[in-house]
Amino acid sequence: MNNLPQNKNFDNYVSTETIDGEIATLNLGPTHPATHGIFQNVLKVDGERILHSEPTVGYIHRAFEKLAERRPYNQITPITDRLNYCSSPINNMGWEMTVEKLAGIEVPKKVDYMRVIIMELARIADHLVCNSVIGVDTGALTGFTYVFQEREKIYELFEEICGARLTTNIGRIGGFEREFSPEFMRKLNKFLEEFPAKFGEFDSLLTRNRIFMDRVIGAGPISPERAISYGFTGPNLRAAGVDYDIRVMNPYSSYGDFEFDIPIGKDGDTYDRFMVRQEEIQQSLNIIRQALDGMPEGLHHANVPGYYLPEKQDVYNSMEALIYHFKIVMGETPIPVGEVYHSVEGANGELGFYLVSDGGRTPYRLHFRRPCFIYYQAYPEMIQGSLLSDAILTMSSMNVIAGELDA
Amino acid sequence: MAEINNEFALAELKSKFGDDVLGSEEQYGMLTVEVSAEKAAEVAEWLRDHDRLTMNFLTDLCGVHYPDNKGKELGVVYHFHSWMNNYRLRVKAFCSIDNPQVPTLTGVYASANWMERETFDFYGIQFQGHPDLRRILNMDEMDYHPLRKEYALEDETREDKDDRYFGR
Repeated sequence: MNNLPQNKNFDNYVSTETIDGEIATLNLGPTHPATHGIFQNVLKVDGERILHSEPTVGYIHRAFEKLAERRPYNQITPITDRLNYCSSPINNMGWEMTVEKLAGIEVPKKVDYMRVIIMELARIADHLVCNSVIGVDTGALTGFTYVFQEREKIYELFEEICGARLTTNIGRIGGFEREFSPEFMRKLNKFLEEFPAKFGEFDSLLTRNRIFMDRVIGAGPISPERAISYGFTGPNLRAAGVDYDIRVMNPYSSYGDFEFDIPIGKDGDTYDRFMVRQEEIQQSLNIIRQALDGMPEGLHHANVPGYYLPEKQDVYNSMEALIYHFKIVMGETPIPVGEVYHSVEGANGELGFYLVSDGGRTPYRLHFRRPCFIYYQAYPEMIQGSLLSDAILTMSSMNVIAGELDA
Repeated sequence: MAEINNEFALAELKSKFGDDVLGSEEQYGMLTVEVSAEKAAEVAEWLRDHDRLTMNFLTDLCGVHYPDNKGKELGVVYHFHSWMNNYRLRVKAFCSIDNPQVPTLTGVYASANWMERETFDFYGIQFQGHPDLRRILNMDEMDYHPLRKEYALEDETREDKDDRYFGR
């Protein structure tokens, strides 16, 4: 047990000394039960200590950027679902806002608030998965089963809005398909009422649990300087002590209207990443409550018939809706020529969309700035010298999502 | 102290790099500066270390292909972000498709490593000085760079579909 950190002295903990000089090669992945997703790491290990690691990515690459060059704008939303599939609504809305920025569409305040509610729900779902999986990897399966019931409730809320659960394709360019239904509001209020107690149980299972703390404190630390150089964003960067959050830095979707705190960590280790996410869940609840209380009156979509897909009912019954539906689906609506970069605070970092339009029905070039693709390259450095079991923890606490990693 | 804005950034870049600043435009509030390819890394490092601009973060790095832009077909697009000033800047560097060479940013930002590998993978841009320029998302045996415009997504010999009716 001498290898466990004493007083957070990482220098003792992270060492590259060999134990008996024998180095073995261990192929961790691509499908390994301990890595949640398709990741391959070829490790050089000395006993259980990792000397070197070589990650291979791209196992589920689906060429989204190429696909997007053939698809009309509204058909790209389902592609974005499959980036970070733990929080698809954030991706969907990030993309919709990018197109709105390009086309100069102003959405009503109500749409902003509705989006905020859904994006924060998605953030809670994503963080719940990530944090409970850290628990699983330390051997505490109970918390995972607790919060998955709660995540299920969030998915039911998504289902209430758009009919889908995981790959949501939620919202449209210009707003939403329909208003929040009374049933949705009932479920949401029930969730807001019941969730904090359940979450408190999960929190008390792990947060101050001595065994858990001993296990995760000091595992996979990163300094703020290295984190910035490696392009860290989101909770992982904030765990290292940098208070960068796009919701505050470049407020989109009326985030400026809400009061919330940005939790930051100190050491950038697994425990700090866990704690930052725990606190962000609380802050997200806070934001949802504020958005519900301050929900403005108005329409659930912008008045832009050229971009906003009309309701199916109207398509059958009204001439204008039919015409616009046809024009949107056929890609006949004019879109400005230009380049735009828009980013949103995804559940695991800055999710950016760089869109180049030549005025055609499809993007000329669309690049997704996928946060975990960029920060996963720090993984070999973070696990060098640590134990294999800590490497697994580090990966799950970094919230690397295979779909986003490989685009 | 003057506020950090597009005029200031452009003036500073021009006074430092002179003729290597090939052009600039402003779109949706973001300044885009085109610099000559061989200066790309130098510009990035200068932007990062500039005491007023402090572009401390490489947000994004990606490739782009304009087949009609003869001699400058392939481009690398950098997005820099200054967290102190909350100021974003886009820098482009173009190179010819016959000799696609751009200096690497790996010495300036560790994050450039995989982003440049991705750009190499999809566009075949050779990043000079990159420590490990291999394909990253596609398989190593692939002998072309799929995001270039000459590779159509669909089989172009198809006759059952007429794209003239679909805008493109």
